[in-house]
Amino acid sequence: MLRRLDKKQPLNFKFSAKNLAWAKKQILNYPKGRKQSAVIPLLFRVQEQEGWVSKPAIEVVAKMLDMAPVRVFEVASFYFMFHLSPVGSVAHIQVCGTTPCMLRGSDGLIRQCKAKISKKPMEIAHDGKISWEEVECLGACSNAPLVQIGSDYYEDLDEESFTKIVTDLISGRKSVPGSQTKRFSSEPIENLTTLGTKAEEARNASVELFINSSIKEKGPKTKRSLVSKKDAPNA
Amino acid sequence: MLKDKDRIFSNLYGMKDRSIKGSMQRGHWDNTAKLIKQGAAWIVDEIKGSGLRGRGGAGFPTGLKWSFMPKPEAKKPSYLVVNADESEPGTCKDREILRHEPHTLIEGCLLAGFAMGAHTAYIYVRGEYVREREALQIAINEAYSKGFIGKNASKSGWDFDVFVHHGAGAYICGEETALLESLEGKKGMPRMKPPFPAMAGLYGCPTTVNNVESIAVVPTILRRGASWFSKFGRPNNFGTKLFCLSGHVNSPCVVEEEMSIPLKELIDKHGGGVRGGWKNLKAVIPGGASVPLLPANMCEDALMDFDWLKEQKSGLGTGAVIVMDGQTDVIKAIWRLSKFYKHESCGQCTPCREGTGWMMRVMERFVSGNAELEEIDSLLEVSKQIEGHTICALGDAAAWPIQGLMRHFRHEVESRIKTNKNSHLAAE
Amino acid sequence: MTDNLRKVVIDNVEIDVDPAFTIMQACEKMSKEIPRFCYHERLSIAGNCRMCLVEVVGGPPKPMASCALQIKDLRPGPNGEPPIIKTNSPMVKKAREGVMEFLLINHPLDCPICDQGGECDLQDQALSYGVDFSRYREPKRAALDVNLGPLVETNMTRCISCTRCVRFITEVAGVPEMGQIGRGESSEITSYLGQTLTSELQGNIIDLCPVGALTSKPYAFSARPWELIKTNTIDVMDALGSNIRVDSKGKRIMRIIPRNHDGINEEWLSDKSRFMWDGLSRQRLDKPYIRNISGRLEETTWDLAFNAISDKCLPAAKILAISGDLVSAETLYAAKKLVNSLKGRTECRIGDSYLPPRDRAAYVGTAHIGGIDVAEQIFLIGTNPRLEAPVLNARIRRAWLRGAEIKLVGEPVSLTYEYQYLGPKLKDLDKLSSNFLKANQLKNSLIILGQGALLGQDGPDILHAVKDFKEKTNSELLTLHVAASKVGAMDLNFVCDMGYHSSIKWSDVVLNLGVDDYEIPKGPFVIYQGSHGDRGAERADIILPGCAFTEESGTFVNTEGRPQMAFKACETVGDARENWAILRALSDRLNVPFSFNSFEELRTQLFHDKPQLGAMDEVPTNSWKPSEKFSKKCLEKNLNTVFKDHYLTNAIARSSVLLAELSKNNNKVNSKKGLKVT
Repeated sequence: MLRRLDKKQPLNFKFSAKNLAWAKKQILNYPKGRKQSAVIPLLFRVQEQEGWVSKPAIEVVAKMLDMAPVRVFEVASFYFMFHLSPVGSVAHIQVCGTTPCMLRGSDGLIRQCKAKISKKPMEIAHDGKISWEEVECLGACSNAPLVQIGSDYYEDLDEESFTKIVTDLISGRKSVPGSQTKRFSSEPIENLTTLGTKAEEARNASVELFINSSIKEKGPKTKRSLVSKKDAPNA
Repeated sequence: MLKDKDRIFSNLYGMKDRSIKGSMQRGHWDNTAKLIKQGAAWIVDEIKGSGLRGRGGAGFPTGLKWSFMPKPEAKKPSYLVVNADESEPGTCKDREILRHEPHTLIEGCLLAGFAMGAHTAYIYVRGEYVREREALQIAINEAYSKGFIGKNASKSGWDFDVFVHHGAGAYICGEETALLESLEGKKGMPRMKPPFPAMAGLYGCPTTVNNVESIAVVPTILRRGASWFSKFGRPNNFGTKLFCLSGHVNSPCVVEEEMSIPLKELIDKHGGGVRGGWKNLKAVIPGGASVPLLPANMCEDALMDFDWLKEQKSGLGTGAVIVMDGQTDVIKAIWRLSKFYKHESCGQCTPCREGTGWMMRVMERFVSGNAELEEIDSLLEVSKQIEGHTICALGDAAAWPIQGLMRHFRHEVESRIKTNKNSHLAAE
Repeated sequence: MTDNLRKVVIDNVEIDVDPAFTIMQACEKMSKEIPRFCYHERLSIAGNCRMCLVEVVGGPPKPMASCALQIKDLRPGPNGEPPIIKTNSPMVKKAREGVMEFLLINHPLDCPICDQGGECDLQDQALSYGVDFSRYREPKRAALDVNLGPLVETNMTRCISCTRCVRFITEVAGVPEMGQIGRGESSEITSYLGQTLTSELQGNIIDLCPVGALTSKPYAFSARPWELIKTNTIDVMDALGSNIRVDSKGKRIMRIIPRNHDGINEEWLSDKSRFMWDGLSRQRLDKPYIRNISGRLEETTWDLAFNAISDKCLPAAKILAISGDLVSAETLYAAKKLVNSLKGRTECRIGDSYLPPRDRAAYVGTAHIGGIDVAEQIFLIGTNPRLEAPVLNARIRRAWLRGAEIKLVGEPVSLTYEYQYLGPKLKDLDKLSSNFLKANQLKNSLIILGQGALLGQDGPDILHAVKDFKEKTNSELLTLHVAASKVGAMDLNFVCDMGYHSSIKWSDVVLNLGVDDYEIPKGPFVIYQGSHGDRGAERADIILPGCAFTEESGTFVNTEGRPQMAFKACETVGDARENWAILRALSDRLNVPFSFNSFEELRTQLFHDKPQLGAMDEVPTNSWKPSEKFSKKCLEKNLNTVFKDHYLTNAIARSSVLLAELSKNNNKVNSKKGLKVT
């Protein structure tokens, strides 16, 4: 399916001061005269700021990188993580549907999306808060089935645990990502066959980073409330 | 079974201290300068001697690849590009390295970069791995602040920068030239070869693209010696390897094991066995979505290495084992892969652009049985018309799962078509 | 070309080829045609259509794209035997049939209503590699059409994604406004968010499109290629002399397309030249006219018109013939003969641009157009090549892409490449350091001098200043003209010492051969001979309707001094006559004996008098006359360009409804666009 830019476009786009500084620094990661290399990172930052990539944003990025707007648009339309129309303001749930996840029940997750969110993917439901789509392999197949919400993976799902995540989101609560069973990361579920048995760290790197960023966003209280919702991790 | 002391990725699950301090305690960044001082030729020879073959799927000898890099010139810098665009369905090993073992990857970049005359490495992480990218960046920052990379990296006299770059959802960017295009800020459309990246890669400069795992094992190989690494696995298939178990096993996981480990041992020991027992096994895709599947009877003696699987017209690929039990609709499982390839085709070459969609649609009808028997052969022919006719291997990858399905489960497709026909007749 | 040729065996025949050749080029060398869609020799190699696959024996067991693989990359056999290539093996045949099937599964079966029909690469190749049935049972894909503007019609469902158009617009036209969006089977070729194209070379994508996805809007559904009468001729919309083919049906010109000429237009054509043909049938002067007592122009007969002229051209009358932009050398030659016999004068330097009579190395220059291809340094002085000669501008862009440096003095115009802007006046050339000038001596350096620089009274001084700069920098000079007839007129010395302004004041009778851009002051009696009822005709006392350049034969000398012939492609309108014949008839009336009675005789005489004009398609070497002293005052003058509205520069163009629309669109776009200057 060819994705087109949303019919309704904002009048303009501006990077926040923080993001602009970040973008300027990002451009320096590439050699002189190779600014164009920064196009994906910049568009990604646009999306993190606005939720999607709009026409004015494409033009701003094109200008910053000395690119023709059509070249930036080509990139935005080629890479499927870029949303060319608005998605749920609270969460856009991306359900992995490729074979490894399918074998472990991603069909059920999609069924729940249709039931709890909207019949069709990319339709924004619940007062503009939530939307969903099926995506291709997310690369966490040993933790299948899983969904991506924003920067995070919610792994080892079943219909029940997934529904809880969705209903929580609808009511404005964000669950802790990572495995939704008692697993730490991608070790064997049943018993650790390698590398000892004791976890020194409290959680795996991805979950840790989620919690740190939540604390940054909402203050230290978040930590307790987030962690308390989840059983202590594996081992 | 591989012993823990011979595991390169000793913190694969991230349960131990993931900081640079923890990494150093586990032996990483231990006098890296000493390894560098032995010279680029020594490093390349050692990697050649270890028998390390690329861990990204194609299995090209890593040391040999490095030796293709021309002598560095002042005008054209050389680049090391690390392919962390892990997207092959079934594969989730690099993710663990990026988030839990980033330091051995960064150290590997320095060593490999030095060996090929590169002062810069770009690590191209798939867009979806946001947290993994963050974890990697934190580790890079740690390495910079310790002086392990940057100017005079690890006091070796070699300047070395590592940058994290990322994609935004395109499987094709795992193909090395598409990755380079993407890194240059374009659509990820594979380039024609020649020229090969070693001659004209990133920004037209000499470039080597290596998989995350291939680079991350380098420091340990150099420390423990080529002969240590080649102790494991069969000849031509040496070393240890990360395997990803997914699908219908009791305990899906990522695990580092010896190359050439029997598939059955891998599934039983680490995967907790097939769901419903070994007897309930239907098929295994042994190396990620693009390799043809093996039916249960062939899995019995299967060895997980490049050569054995190739002999069986399959492949080790990325070492991603997708297990399907007796209750699996194997036609649907392969159809879903066809859908994947159709979705991920870049659209550049005619056969892949037009053929992947065609195959997906025929497969879709095979799932319901709404097809004619002769369409099986015509589908196979279409797959042959794609295979080998495109710039990159995505066309091949789209064709092989279907060819594998028809090789081993043709009877199932036939009977579904017949059943569907009969039910229509009965209804009339 | 290197001397080290490599041996290869192609279909059992051994040949020696340049190792830099691609397999496709090697095959073409031995007249083996390789089918292709995406490959185009003047564009970058995409390798995406996969139609040109050949078998390389001993390589990987799969067919290879012959458009991209170079001979030097082929591996020799185990004992050093030359590499073996097969272009008609079963593997190749199967591969091409496979690709053809894929191309056709989603291609609509609408050939009967497709304008490409009869000249469609897909149709032609389907004949060789297609089968007569389809095993594709799935629904066919459709794509949205794009509005690219008034020139290019789109039928995107027919598109086979070869990306030739995208590559042309990006690489040659240099205005990246097209792209391929999305990916996989749903990717589409489009302009940026459906914006119309602005390039003045966009029509070329119609020729480039191998299928009927991009077709000509003005030509839509008007003819089939096999009904057309095709005339090879040359274009006169600018001074480049682009080679064209005029396709006509009956009396009407249906379309104009470029012909290849490596030295001039390669295979491109500017939109103005391609789409002006509706102007050839509008505003035409189809009858002689005479101004009556009440001051109105009224129809008359040739006879009465000639009577009126002979009444005015008394022996004492001071007659001046002036030449417009689209007049052939033959017409000028006849006019000059006529006027000289009547002791009159001639002038072609209408307007203000100064050109030095008899100094061909200055009014033409010393460089070929092809010299741009080897130039490492290009100075643009008082010119906007993008508007004055769009096809030439594409060549400058290619030089820039190759690494040539471009420097500009004059108006800071918007070009399709980056240039160093030195400043508005010649004095700004002083900014170049003596080190630079010294280094430049050793470089392949080229000055492109625009007519805009020579405007005004300072013209002669500026010319010598530029000549001086040419000598200092050891550059070649290319004087860029904008009028197709100018160099021919200068070669015929169609000038007078007093220049245009003084001679017009001097004259009693003006024979105006198609001058429309400059007002003739009150006073002289004006005979207008031309094809269009434009500004020149309004001022006329007598109008003599002549053929347009597509209706008679004629020689034109292009801006580099290359004579070429235009040929008659269709009949003229009404009572209009061939221009030479009008002058011949007039000479009888005025009792001026002419020594020719036919066009052939006229031409023979012309070529005898001016042999260089008869040396068709040759660019003679012009010997350099050293620069003379000039007033330094001219260095302080801000240089201009000659015209702003590229689409409306002559009577034919101004009569074209299509070009008027382009001009309107263009002005809209330009008012929004910034300039790209470094």
